[in-house]
Amino acid sequence: MIDSHQDDGPNDQGSEFMPLPVVTPEVNRRTAMKATGAALGLAAFGTAISPLATLPDKVSLDEFLQKHYKELDDDDKERILERLASETRENYGADVTVSDHRPTPGVKFGYAINLSKCNGNGKCVEACHTENNHDRATGQSYIRVLEMDKGSMDMETGNTTYDHTVPQDDKFYMPVQCQQCDNPPCVTVCPIEATWKEDDGIVVVDYDWCIGCRYCEAACPYHARRFNWQEPEIPADEVNPEQSYLSNRIRPAGVMEKCHFCLHRTREGRMPACLEACPTGARVFGNLNDPDSELVWILKNKRVFLLKEELGTEPSFFYFFDE
Amino acid sequence: MHGRRISLIQMASLLAVMLMVAGGAAWVSPDTPTTSHTADKRRTSAETPQSFPVVVNRPQSSPRVDLGVLDGDGQPVSAACATCHATRPPNLANRSAADLDEFHQGLAFSHGKLTCLACHNGEDYDALKLADGTSVEFPDVMTLCGQCHGPQTRDYLHGSHGGMNGFWDLSRGPRTRNNCVDCHDPHAPQFPKMMPTFKPRDRFLSPQNSAAASHEGLHQ
Repeated sequence: MIDSHQDDGPNDQGSEFMPLPVVTPEVNRRTAMKATGAALGLAAFGTAISPLATLPDKVSLDEFLQKHYKELDDDDKERILERLASETRENYGADVTVSDHRPTPGVKFGYAINLSKCNGNGKCVEACHTENNHDRATGQSYIRVLEMDKGSMDMETGNTTYDHTVPQDDKFYMPVQCQQCDNPPCVTVCPIEATWKEDDGIVVVDYDWCIGCRYCEAACPYHARRFNWQEPEIPADEVNPEQSYLSNRIRPAGVMEKCHFCLHRTREGRMPACLEACPTGARVFGNLNDPDSELVWILKNKRVFLLKEELGTEPSFFYFFDE
Repeated sequence: MHGRRISLIQMASLLAVMLMVAGGAAWVSPDTPTTSHTADKRRTSAETPQSFPVVVNRPQSSPRVDLGVLDGDGQPVSAACATCHATRPPNLANRSAADLDEFHQGLAFSHGKLTCLACHNGEDYDALKLADGTSVEFPDVMTLCGQCHGPQTRDYLHGSHGGMNGFWDLSRGPRTRNNCVDCHDPHAPQFPKMMPTFKPRDRFLSPQNSAAASHEGLHQ
């Protein structure tokens, strides 16, 4: 079509048609399509890598390209832990050590709370807050202490905002935190395996892999998961410098987190911070695989119950009464 | 499942009986200085030979009474119990501070129907005494408490009563445990009421927030 117009052009003096632009004869439909395709391809590639150009200020390229925790080798871990420590130094002005604590073979952690002793004073809540580098303004903590009416075990009726001397005569007090379930619904729903159960029973989160979809928060029947709505703010002198990758290192905004049984302490053989803070001695921590442990004695000798046992979550967390 | 439960219960009761017998034997044995020693020895020798110790806090030797006056250097003056009591005959009828006409005024006493000399040693006021009259030093006060508070002592010996610090894994570090009187005032042993000092701003399970929470579909 174009070619014939060009041929006719010079002979048609009275024509109203202006001369059409000269197009090289090689350009046909096929090459035009190729060019368009290439342009589109380039544009698509550009869009695909655009997050690299628009990374948030606090996300390094290294962090953006980081692999899942389980795929990291020792060199990767060393580099990442060093990076996390230097970021904390930069952003919070605190010198910290970020380690990677692994489970001890043969250990399966369990936790028991004596509801005859707990008086609802909330020292465990505060200890968790400071130990685990939670945001100061929101007072975030992995533990809630529920004030409950005597005679009910329905945690949904509990109240966390009581503000009076404790204990009240007609109430009992039930601390609730992650139950480290053997059948954890929060792990099942995670679309990207950013959370999983480790060999010692602790359910952990890779904060650098989590996309913050909050499915796990919705799935947990104990309301034990927390979401970081914003970057935590902590004064430099209040940052706990003993940190671990899967536990209390300062978490970025937009990711999920939860109680990890203070694995940076317990995997070194120490007690969790909430236990040491408890003034009533209501908390007992230990190794479920050790038949001589205090915990196993309690399971054998006390009246023990599981929270929401009917859901089949199989918690490693137990509540008991003295008599 | 059912069979397993029954066997667990049987095991538990058998264990409880065995422990009670063992505990009872340890209790009445005059060679046993304190409960803590008994617990520690049993643990270290029988199970984990190279384990770290469980150290139980022990009160100071014997208490001193603040006289409420300052000496020449402005330091408070205190006296040993025997300073006064050595020259005063014990009055077995006294039940509380209210019965006294001088000294120890205002001491809050709420410990059952005990008299002063149920625990304090009338022959040596710098020590305590058991129900059978045996003298007990103040640092060994747990032996005294354990005479009446059997279930608490049993639970304490099995680690389910009383706060602790340190290591759950004694092969990696030591542990310290509270003494009875660290938490319980012997004159008024009920654990005191407390005021919660720390509250997270919680979006769940609180009456004023439940409407907002259910709006977000987070709360049934």
